[in-house]
Formats: sequence, structure tokens, C-alpha cells
Amino acid sequence: MDMPVPNQRVLARKDHIVNRLWAVLSDGAVISEIAETRAYECDALTAYKCPPLAAVLPASTAEVSAVLKICHEEGVPVVPRGAGTSLAGGALPTADSVILGVARMTEVLEVDYANRFIRVQTGRTNLSVSAAVEEEDFFYAPDPSSQLACAIAGNVAMNSGGAHCLKYGVTTNNLLGVTMVLMDGSVVEIGGAHLDADGYDLLGLVCGSEGQLGVVTEATLRILRKPEGARPVLMGFDNNEVAGQCVSDIIRAGVLPVAIEFMDRPCIRATEAFAKAGYPDCEALLIVEVEGSAAEIDEQLGKILEIARQHNPVELRESGSDEESARIWLGRKSAFGAMGQINDYMCLDGTIPVSSLPMVLRRIGELSREFGLDVGNVFHAGDGNMHPLILFDANKPGDLELCEAMGAEILKLCVEAGGCLTGEHGVGVEKRDLMVHQFAPEDLEIQMAVKDVFDPKWLLNPAKVFPLAASEPRRGDAA
Amino acid sequence: MGTVDDRVWREMLRPESEAELAEAVRSAEGPLAVCGGGTRPMGRLVAGQALTVWGMSGITLYEPGALTLVAKAGTPVETVDEALRAEGQRLAFEPMDHRVLLGTDGVPTLGGVVAANVSGPRRIQAGACRDSLLGVRFVDGNGTVLKNGGRVMKNVTGYDLVKLMAGSFGTLGVLSEVSFKVLPAPETAACLRLEGLEVARAVDAMSLALGSPFEVTGAAYLPAEGGKEATTLIRIEGFDASVAYRTDRLREVLESFGELSVVTDPEEVALIWRDVRDVTRLSAGDGVVWRISVKPTDAPAVIAALPDADFQLDWGGGLIWARLDTQFDLRAALRGIAGHATLVRAPLERRACGGIFAPQSAPLAALAEGLRARFDPRGILNPGLML
Repeated sequence: MDMPVPNQRVLARKDHIVNRLWAVLSDGAVISEIAETRAYECDALTAYKCPPLAAVLPASTAEVSAVLKICHEEGVPVVPRGAGTSLAGGALPTADSVILGVARMTEVLEVDYANRFIRVQTGRTNLSVSAAVEEEDFFYAPDPSSQLACAIAGNVAMNSGGAHCLKYGVTTNNLLGVTMVLMDGSVVEIGGAHLDADGYDLLGLVCGSEGQLGVVTEATLRILRKPEGARPVLMGFDNNEVAGQCVSDIIRAGVLPVAIEFMDRPCIRATEAFAKAGYPDCEALLIVEVEGSAAEIDEQLGKILEIARQHNPVELRESGSDEESARIWLGRKSAFGAMGQINDYMCLDGTIPVSSLPMVLRRIGELSREFGLDVGNVFHAGDGNMHPLILFDANKPGDLELCEAMGAEILKLCVEAGGCLTGEHGVGVEKRDLMVHQFAPEDLEIQMAVKDVFDPKWLLNPAKVFPLAASEPRRGDAA
Repeated sequence: MGTVDDRVWREMLRPESEAELAEAVRSAEGPLAVCGGGTRPMGRLVAGQALTVWGMSGITLYEPGALTLVAKAGTPVETVDEALRAEGQRLAFEPMDHRVLLGTDGVPTLGGVVAANVSGPRRIQAGACRDSLLGVRFVDGNGTVLKNGGRVMKNVTGYDLVKLMAGSFGTLGVLSEVSFKVLPAPETAACLRLEGLEVARAVDAMSLALGSPFEVTGAAYLPAEGGKEATTLIRIEGFDASVAYRTDRLREVLESFGELSVVTDPEEVALIWRDVRDVTRLSAGDGVVWRISVKPTDAPAVIAALPDADFQLDWGGGLIWARLDTQFDLRAALRGIAGHATLVRAPLERRACGGIFAPQSAPLAALAEGLRARFDPRGILNPGLML
């Protein structure tokens, strides 16, 4: 993968730039020694690394503004960073960039149960937002699997999803307002505790823009009262097609589960060897979870089981207790870890129309044989968000490239099926050069024109989202 | 707009395909007044050649098992509703029909719903129109056909222009096709009613209900009127047994707010909420009608600042509809209360003056202006409508 040539003028002025940053931040908030900047050389996409020029950890919106103003004046690219859990390289630095981390900004600023919102600084982790409102039995709905570590800043930047978004939506559906600092240091307030925009929906535009339009320092988030209870059911099928049909039938029956998770045989086997959750050895496994009171859960699960039985499942396991629920989820929750035990893996994130599931799985199987790499599929079946895990050996020369080539083929397949390249991880650097398969040049041009408005010098989070060739004329202006 | 007479109809541009639409925009020599069915004449009056997407109609894809529907922008909302009803599904955001309040004729279109980001009472639980919108195709001010989003529920590929197009009132592009996430329609619905509460107490009751685990899908308040007591309305929807169960539990939650009655006939429930959705209450009578969005607990302060207004609250108090004297300076009265107000119904001469939408802070206004300049460099798409 290519990255732009670092701006030599910026590299040569490192000391001057660092001194200016020191002047506006408190002690310890500027990291510029090469031994220490290495801590910021990559995010969770560890295949690519590059230490930044410096990293800064401001403690307030005012400090973020001061940093951006300096970088804007000096023509220094800025890479915003939440907790660094991006699987797409969304926080990968360039050698001439300043990493702007929000890790010190973790305060809860306001909790309002009557109006059902919480306002936080965006360095706060996803799970600790829910923890802050747990005493009143409330929660923040989007639940990316990295929720223990990932920060709200990154959730907003990537419009993160999670397992429960069939019912609760993704970040953009739960975000009410932001305080955002533009690249020139000006601070804007978008939205608030009230609903909907007063002009253009800039909130919707900013959410998912991968830190390229501004740095979000505070967020107002919708909180919800927890349901009375939740219970999953596990189903095994002999055939992917039948499992897909079962998902479709459940949805058509008017039941809206909070989660429908799918695993295929390679994934089930790896998971069993690792976590011993007692999953059946079958072609396709579904975990369907519903919420409500005990009686409401019984009613919904009754309907779901009735549908499942019509598809001749090899196994139907209804949870009767919290322990059994945990056991049903155990395998799914350890799926990524299990695959990691076998080998290095690359996790894809394409979304497809649910109706194309059997076709896409068949084609992934064919690609797996063609490339000689194993693939396990974990999948949010209710919303069509696939997570094929391609296994490879990072120590074997050429294997990573082979894996990336196969990943690209799978993602193109998702687009051909009527879906998209990424459902919840974001484009980052990882899928940047595949964008031409989903968008015509003019579709990319209008998105880049949006960036022109927010960040005319193209300094924020460089070399992400858009193919380098497409963004080149604009980035040229910055150098 | 409003009633379209024969002459206006003849002189309207009515492209019947996306390609014709693109050509119409490309070859336009002056401003275009873009509309759908013409049932929601909102915003500042636009002088220009009328263009309607009415001619581009039809559902292009509907997969009930995938909860997705794609339709051309001119498709009547009623056509979509019928197709969804046949499969036991619906548009979850419950778009308002503006014809009653605005006294318009014509047929509301799906494109119009999106262009104005029109949502109804269920917005508090199911999100706004923009939350159900999965993808758009549109023609920008240069006449270029563009697309963003798609027809899958989870999609973070590139910037989300889908949200930007929703509620942009045709000023950034003319929609040609839209795709939606749809949801199952519930088996039944019930409406809980509390009588005689003051505004502040009503908001307390609605907040409690909305903060319960019992999935309230509507929370509205109608003040006392002609001998009828003020009414607070709470809606729940779902399977029969579940609705019965939640009705009982909410009765406990709302115990301290007085006698509670329950409407269980689904048709009667539907009528009650149709009137809330369409703001039927304020349709008669003189004066302008404002739509005010605040956080729910600010509703009592807003109402206190409005002299002699008839009004209704929706969204648990977060959405206030108020009918006021044309001369009343609402923005001055609400200074200091966070949120925004839009003038939805006003005489033509008032609409010609602008100031229909809430004024924005200077940096946000600059961003909006920058976007307009990129999407519509010639400034020909509904110019000035949102100013």
C-alpha cells in the first residue's frame, strides 16, 4: 500500500512545530521523541506502521483548537485518534503528521435522564458511557465489539455499529450533537439535546467522515432504558441457504430480534476447539436474541422457534437461564480470538443484501479454494453485515499480499451483490483504493468537494477514504 | 404551489426519467423551483421555473425479507404505504401528511418526504426519515447524476451524503431515487390517556413513560379546548399479549398522574395518532404555525413564552407546534432556549421575506453556504429557500 511522500518542509521544521505545540499544551501532552512516538505508529490494522512527527494529548476543546490552529498555520497534517482500535487504519499516521489523541478527554459533562441524553468528552470509551448511566438502568445502544477499549471519538468518526443495531441503529442514529473543532481551529456546535437539524444535516455528514472534516471533542448521545431482559436461541442448519431463508422468514413474520448472528462451519469448528461452547458441528449456525419481559420473550421466541422448525434444523437450543445465554454467546464472542489462535487473519466488513447471502457465501468458498487461503464467516445476518475472516501467515513472504488480494475480491463481490465495501469498520487506508469499485468518479468527486468545504487545505487525516490518485490534485495544494 | 392549475401544470418541467431530469437541470438557464407533489410549500418563496419529480414514479425494488424498499422520487407515499401494508410492513418514521395543516391538495411523494426530512410521532422511538433512509440518487446543480449510500442497512463507505440530502429541500440536488429500511407493522396498538394535566406535569408523565423499558412509540399532549380537558397520550405497539402487559406496567409507572384510560381499538388508536401526526388541531383558524424542536423539559418554558397560542406537544414535549399571530416575534421570545423553530405555515407575503428556518451560527452558515456552492455552483436549485 502506498502512502504520500512526507512533506520535507514540515519534517525540516519539526523542532519549531513541536515548540509551538509545547507552548499551548500542559506538561507531558506533547510527545516528540522517536522512542515514544512509536506508540502511535499504527492502530489495530497492524500490518501498516509509520511513527508520526509528534503526538499531542490535549485536555480540552480549547487545547484541541490551539493545536489545530498551529498545525493549520504550519501546514502540518493532523491525524485524529480515539483509542486506536480501528481495523481499517483510520488512525494510521504519516511521517509528517501530528497525531491528535483525545485520550485525556474522558469526562462525563452532563447526564439527563428526563430528556434521555448524556454529554461526554469523546475520549471516553464506549462501554464507560453505558457504565455512567447504569445506576438508573439506562444504556448507550451502539455496541462495537471493541467497546471496552474504543472511544466515542472513533465511534463518531467511523459511525460504528455493533451486534444490536438491527433494533437500535448505529452511531449516527444515536448521536444528537457534537462540539467539533475545524482544521483552522474554529469551534462549531452542531445539534444538541433537541432532535433534528435546523439547517442541513451536518451532524449526519460529520458522523462517519473518518476524522476528515473536523475533530469531535464532545458528543451528546441518546441513552435508552434497558429492556427488562434478553434471551438468545441457537439454531444449527445443514445448509447456508436454509439458514439464510430462516433469517428472512423470521424478519417477515414481524418479529424484530435485537440480534441475528451467523457463523459458518470453519468458524464453528475453530470456535469449538478454542472456547468449547458446545456448538453443533454443522454448516451454519444462527444465534437470535430477543428482548422484553419473560412473557414477551417467550412469545417472540415461540414464533421464532416455530419458523426455525419448518427449516429442519439439526439443533435448536433455547436458553433457560443466564448461564445458558452466556454459553450460547460464548462461542460467538470468542470467534475472532479463536480464529487468531489458528493463524493471523484479516477481518473484512462488507455488507450485502440479506437475500444474496447464499450466493455470496458460495463465491467466498470458491475464492478460498482459488487463493488457497481458509476463510471463516461471522456475520450480522439481520442487517447483512459480513465479517469474513481470511487466515494467512504473516511470516510467510507474499501471504499478506495474497490475503489482501483475496479480500479485495470478496469486497468487490459484496458491491456486485448490491452491497458495499464496509458496513461498520470504515474505509481508512485499508479499502481506500477499492472505492472506485463502489463509486463512479463523480460520486467520489462530490464527497471530496465536501472535504474542500470543511478542510480546504486537506490537512485532516490524510490519505484515508479516497484513492490516492483521486485525491492527489487536492493534496498537492497542501504541500 | 398548492392547487396546481392547468396553466401552471402545462408550464412545469416534468421529467419522466433520471436522464430527462439531468438534462432539464443541465439546460436550465435560470432558477428552478423544485418540488414533488406540491403538498408541502415550505421555506422562502422561490421564483423560478417549476420542476416536479412527479413524473418519475414507481417502486423499483422491494424485498420484505431484507426490510428494504427502493422507489423513484415521484412515487406517491400512498403507493408505498399500500405495497408495505400488503406485506405487513411500514415506514417506521410515520411521515406527516401536510395537506390538512397547510390546506394543500395534490399527492405527497416519497421524494418530498425525504427533501423535507418529514417524520411523525414515532420519531422518538424509530428515528427520523433520515434514519430510515439508506440511499439516494440525485442530480446536482450541474445536471450530474450522483449516488450515495445504497440499499443495505449498514454502510459506512465514504461520506454520508444520504443524511445531508434528507432535509435539504432540493437546494443541493434534485432527488431521483431513494431507498429505505422498512420495519414490520405491529399486530396491535394501544393508547393510554391522562386527563387534565398542566403542561409541566404532562411532560413529567411523558418523560417517565419514555424512560421506562416499555417501548413507548408516541407521547403527545393536547391542551384543554372548548370544555374538553387537556389530554396526555401515550402509545404502545406490538404483539397483543405484549401490548396488554406493557399497558398494565405503564399504568403503574403513571399511577401518580391521576385516572388513566386506555383505548384498545386499533382503528381508534390510529385515528388519534393520525391527528397528532398531521397536527389537525391547528389546521383551522388564522395565524401562522411554527414547529419548534427543544429538549422535552424545556417545553413548559416555551409554552409560557407564547401568548394566547393554541399548540400541541409531540415527541414527549420535544416537538411543539404552535399557532400564533403573524406579527409575533417568536425567535425573540425563545431566546436563551436551545433548539430551533421553523415557520411551517405562513401567508405568501410572509414567506417571501425569508427567516423561515432558524438562523445559524456564522461558522455553520459558512459551511452550509460552502456546500451549496459545491453542489449547485450556478445557484439554480431552489435558491434562497432555506435562508
